[in-house]
Amino acid sequence: MALDSKIPSGPLADKWTQYKNDINLVNPANKRLIDVIVVGTGLAGGSAAATLAELGYNVKAFCFQDSPRRAHSIAAQGGINAAKNYQGDGDSTYRLFYDTVKGGDYRSREANVYRLAEVSANIIDQCVAQGVPFARDYGGLLDNRSFGGVLVSRTFYAKGQTGQQLLLGAYSAMNRQIGRGKIKMYNRHEMLDVVKVDGKARGIITRNLVTGEIERHSAHAVVLGTGGYGNVFYLSTNAMGSNVTAAWKAHKRGAHFANPCYTQIHPTCIPVSGDHQSKLTLMSESLRNDGRIWVPAKKEDAEAIRAGKLKPTEIAEENRDYYLERRYPAFGNLVPRDVASRAAKERCDAGFGVNKTGEAVYLDFASAIERYGKEQAYVTHQDANNAALVKKLGQEIVKTKYGNLFQMYEKIVDQNPYETPMMIYPAVHYTMGGLWVDYNLQTSVEGLYAIGEANFSDHGANRLGASALMQGLADGYFVLPYTIGDYLSQDIRTGPISTDTKEFEEAEKNVRSQIDALVNNNGTKAVDYFHKKLGKIMWNKCGMSRNAKDLQSAIDEIAALRDEFYKEVRVPGTENEFNEELAKALRVADFLELGELFAKDALTRNESCGGHFREESVELDGPQKGEALRDDKNFTFVSAWEYKGAPKDAVLHKEELTYENIELKQRSYK
Amino acid sequence: MKLTLKIWRQKNAQAKGQMVTYPIDGIDGDMSFLEMMDVLNDELINKGDEPVVFDHDCREGICGSCSMFINGEAHGPDRLVTTCQLHMRKFKDGDTITIEPFRAGGFPVIKDLMVDRSAFDRIQHAGGFISINTSGNTQDANAIPIEKADADAAFDAATCIGCGACVASCKNSSAMLFVSAKVSQFSLLPQGKVEATDRVMNMVKQMDEEGFGNCTNTGACEVECPKGISLENIARMNREYLSASVKG
Repeated sequence: MALDSKIPSGPLADKWTQYKNDINLVNPANKRLIDVIVVGTGLAGGSAAATLAELGYNVKAFCFQDSPRRAHSIAAQGGINAAKNYQGDGDSTYRLFYDTVKGGDYRSREANVYRLAEVSANIIDQCVAQGVPFARDYGGLLDNRSFGGVLVSRTFYAKGQTGQQLLLGAYSAMNRQIGRGKIKMYNRHEMLDVVKVDGKARGIITRNLVTGEIERHSAHAVVLGTGGYGNVFYLSTNAMGSNVTAAWKAHKRGAHFANPCYTQIHPTCIPVSGDHQSKLTLMSESLRNDGRIWVPAKKEDAEAIRAGKLKPTEIAEENRDYYLERRYPAFGNLVPRDVASRAAKERCDAGFGVNKTGEAVYLDFASAIERYGKEQAYVTHQDANNAALVKKLGQEIVKTKYGNLFQMYEKIVDQNPYETPMMIYPAVHYTMGGLWVDYNLQTSVEGLYAIGEANFSDHGANRLGASALMQGLADGYFVLPYTIGDYLSQDIRTGPISTDTKEFEEAEKNVRSQIDALVNNNGTKAVDYFHKKLGKIMWNKCGMSRNAKDLQSAIDEIAALRDEFYKEVRVPGTENEFNEELAKALRVADFLELGELFAKDALTRNESCGGHFREESVELDGPQKGEALRDDKNFTFVSAWEYKGAPKDAVLHKEELTYENIELKQRSYK
Repeated sequence: MKLTLKIWRQKNAQAKGQMVTYPIDGIDGDMSFLEMMDVLNDELINKGDEPVVFDHDCREGICGSCSMFINGEAHGPDRLVTTCQLHMRKFKDGDTITIEPFRAGGFPVIKDLMVDRSAFDRIQHAGGFISINTSGNTQDANAIPIEKADADAAFDAATCIGCGACVASCKNSSAMLFVSAKVSQFSLLPQGKVEATDRVMNMVKQMDEEGFGNCTNTGACEVECPKGISLENIARMNREYLSASVKG
């Protein structure tokens, strides 16, 4: 099957407007006859469910958490981008589009990204109207800050809890529709299969996590807003429950999986402290506005720090290596995430890392505290030469900007980051890959849509900071409600979809037999044993730096681990009750398939681009020596994988990427 | 360190529960409380027993899932943290730790330490929103300047994570802190003032119907709140409620 991205014709800036003028609409009376299933209630799923219900469709929404408010979008910290140009610093729709395509290392689809930039400003208006309390300045207007990979301040924020505030906004919009009966909400439900009737997605099979009941739900279209698959690495900044199951089941039913190897390893996370570690905690990228990243310039200092004989505050300025500022003077500490992560790994691998493990670098706020303190002393007519006073005033300013992040850090690490630099290290954070979708956000299965992190389209090979929130809300509030209407206009005479058909029966039977097999397996090892083992393979061989040999061995090891899983996994308890081990086993079974496809995709893409760094593909000399080298001649395409049974048999389809409005260049942040 | 855990085990909502004692060893101060529970569960599974069920998800203090009552306090002895952010360095070798679910009439136990907090959702359905559709045609975000102090106070109220620690800590099982946080957020913003009357009346009505008790100003909720939601919000809600009642 050829991939048709269905990009509208016409000039880039007019495509979306023209598209909206041309599509079919569903009249309000007919919308009442149409059902839509939305799986996942994060920023993408929540905003889509609310908007579709406002429009008049009957929405059934599903989440595995006990409330839609707990979807993992809640944990997003730093902010949301929008091309408002409130700061008058030269921002525009085109600039946001350009930065996103460049930041994604020229592996995203131009038309989708331009549309994203175009609707970004509306998101801020919508959220303010909903009562989202964004940060404001003393004039009462909205404040902005800057994020990595850009030269303007376009990020709107609510302290370090922007994701929480935006999600609660979407949740409140959902609540209004739940109260009106337009959304029927199913909490603590996990989707375990998609049901196709005559080639179209017409429903899902779910498991009620409390009672264990297997349920059939039908609709005229199914929307997946089920997030990313970073937990294939076991340790990540994702929530414990974040999983790939919904997307993977869709893949097994015919939805192509695109660019699975594009993973974002976020540079600023709290380092691993020991084998007991269950998850990693992000320290927002916004901290790089004011924090300076460094390691000791001398190896002996790094060794002394690791041995606990020296403190970072005792190292003189000239003995510090601010390696991002040194290597990338133009962007400094605000280089994109992939670049910052690799640079940290490079320093640590070379023996300059700090922390007991040697796998950490410093993020230092001392100079920001001094700068803000002096400014504040000046504004309040106090003595700007009084160091103690300047420090106190500066700390207060930093606290108002990042207070909750500093508190989180202190609770986890037991050190005070106002007094001593934070220690950070890269960790898996976001997955740019996901279900392949066309311009309409429809997957390769008719009537099955994927939005937010669950799809692949907007971030290419690397996502810029504060763009995930933007994409989730853009898809859910402003894009999907149009595109799905065009599809549903065919369904005004279809009538309700029955669940009493052979297709639903077959899907339910599949789910039940998988559950029975797991519960009755009586193996010897807990689910986590396999998940941790998978995570280690992924991190060591498909992590920040990849090569053909390791990737091939990852493929073999994952396949072997999957066999062991089905032989040896032990799931205690029964299927007819709340059984977290069973839920975990079902998720890990899918990660064990996805992991192999991930490695296969990484092996196929023999170039370095964005978060995907192949050791075989680097600049060998010139000013960019050692930096990632893209291969546009051979790899300017999206890899869309078709399911054919075992992951090793997946078939590659290529969507060629054409850039009509941007010239492809090697990225330089120097 | 070596610890003794006394944990509430309850098979399901209908079953009678009981405290069960588990010794545990090899706990490191850098572990989070939930990672300590992971160690226990791993041991239980390997012995062929059923693991202890508890709610958890983000493990960074923001989703509001985790909900344990530890040594008589919601989220344990540390302040301004959720259970997932509580670290074992707050305990000593040899300690006995009692772990119970959040107990309240409005929060029926589902299993072990997991409770049903959907009453909180139903209160939000009754009025926890501003009635504005997604149109793309709302006015520009900067059209209405909002005084920084009000915007900040609205934000502080809006940081409630809906965990239910306030209810579990209150001798009356009152949900006033939770409800007032949402009422306050909207009453402080011009966007929320339009339907303030209906909002506070409907949300309070639903709160009462869910069986949550009244506020008697003991302030335990504020002390135990992991997000530091202030009692001022309750005062603000009472004012809102009074003026709404007078308006009729």
